[in-house]
Amino acid sequence: MPVQVEIISPEKLLFRKEVEMAVLPGEDGDIAAMPDHAPIMLLLRGGVVSLYENGQVTERFFVSGGFADITSQRCTILADEALPVTEIVLSEAQERLERLETQFTNVAADDISHQDSLSRRIQSARAEIEAAEISHPTH
Amino acid sequence: MPSLKELRARIAGVKSQRKITSAMKMVAASKLRRFQKHAEASRPYADAMRRMLSELAAATAGQGELPRLMQGGSGSTHLVVLLTSDFGLAGGFNANLVRSVRQIVSRLEADGEIVQVLPVGRKGGDAMARLFPTKLVERLPGTAGREVHFQTAADLGARVTQMLEAGEIDRVTLVYNRFVNAMTQTPTEAPLVPLPVPENDNQTENTAQYEFEPDEGELLARLLPRNIQVQFYAALLESAAGEQGARMTAMDNATRNAGKAIDDLSQRYNRSRQSNITKELIEIISGAEAV
Repeated sequence: MPVQVEIISPEKLLFRKEVEMAVLPGEDGDIAAMPDHAPIMLLLRGGVVSLYENGQVTERFFVSGGFADITSQRCTILADEALPVTEIVLSEAQERLERLETQFTNVAADDISHQDSLSRRIQSARAEIEAAEISHPTH
Repeated sequence: MPSLKELRARIAGVKSQRKITSAMKMVAASKLRRFQKHAEASRPYADAMRRMLSELAAATAGQGELPRLMQGGSGSTHLVVLLTSDFGLAGGFNANLVRSVRQIVSRLEADGEIVQVLPVGRKGGDAMARLFPTKLVERLPGTAGREVHFQTAADLGARVTQMLEAGEIDRVTLVYNRFVNAMTQTPTEAPLVPLPVPENDNQTENTAQYEFEPDEGELLARLLPRNIQVQFYAALLESAAGEQGARMTAMDNATRNAGKAIDDLSQRYNRSRQSNITKELIEIISGAEAV
């Protein structure tokens, strides 16, 4: 019995299909959604969602963070932003990372919540670059 | 009786007006289709978010202090966010909305609330600056008839969330035009804070056994601001589609009226041309007879 996976960004539904297993980048570590998983809701960090069919990864999506709702039959991923890993533009992601890093150095030391959200976005950008490098190496 | 030359100029004028209105109608129609598609595409996210919120609300029910974003503040400052268009020429689109905002504001004030208004879009900004200059928080620009990006809604949501967290406001209501069809847009009042607790509509799934990671409070704290952004996004999309629908209808009417005016003017032109000719003929004939 497969699990119905949906990847949804605010703009549109990106992916809806029944797969054998989905591995999600949870904020406290990766988590795999399989049929008959105990119902759980979790926060996602920036990272790659991998969809498995017959023990093989068939598709990968990059999500920049968000939420996931897993029940025994389905797995709904509410991504802040999402795109197939093959469509990541490496140079854009790198540019974004550089911009975030300069922002981070300029943030006041006592502004913890701002630092927090920035460091989360930096991690997400790093994960995006990493995913792009694995999926389509530039050299 | 205007002269033939004047009539000719007016006919030419109305004809070029008709060209403009009919072009605007076409543009609005094609934009309307696009915006409608966007509005539909954004629905799954909002639906899933509502489902998660209702689960979380059920799980956190009776667990002490709820976040300010959920139950609002204890004061009586009420923020009304108004979504209008940047451009006119859309029939009663903005005027209807402004009228219902006036009703809402006077109702809230009768309930003893301190009202603040945050208009988005130039038309609403103008009206609010005129009607409620003292209640105006800031005038924000609208989307200018262009595509609505999620970032716009995210910024708006962040702004409102920040005001709420800072204790400047206690409650938030969103007023916008809901898109019914190309002819009809209904001014709609949607309370954002306190959150109308969503009905738990999926009774078949066993909700009591949900686990939360990291925990309910943290998830709720992250989900609530996101929910406000999503609500704004949905409303912005509805309003954008409604604006194009209203403009399409208004321009369709204008084009038809221009056609009628052209027929009218042409008839008058032909009549007076004919009567001029007749007059000239009579003059010539009577002149010839006199000889």
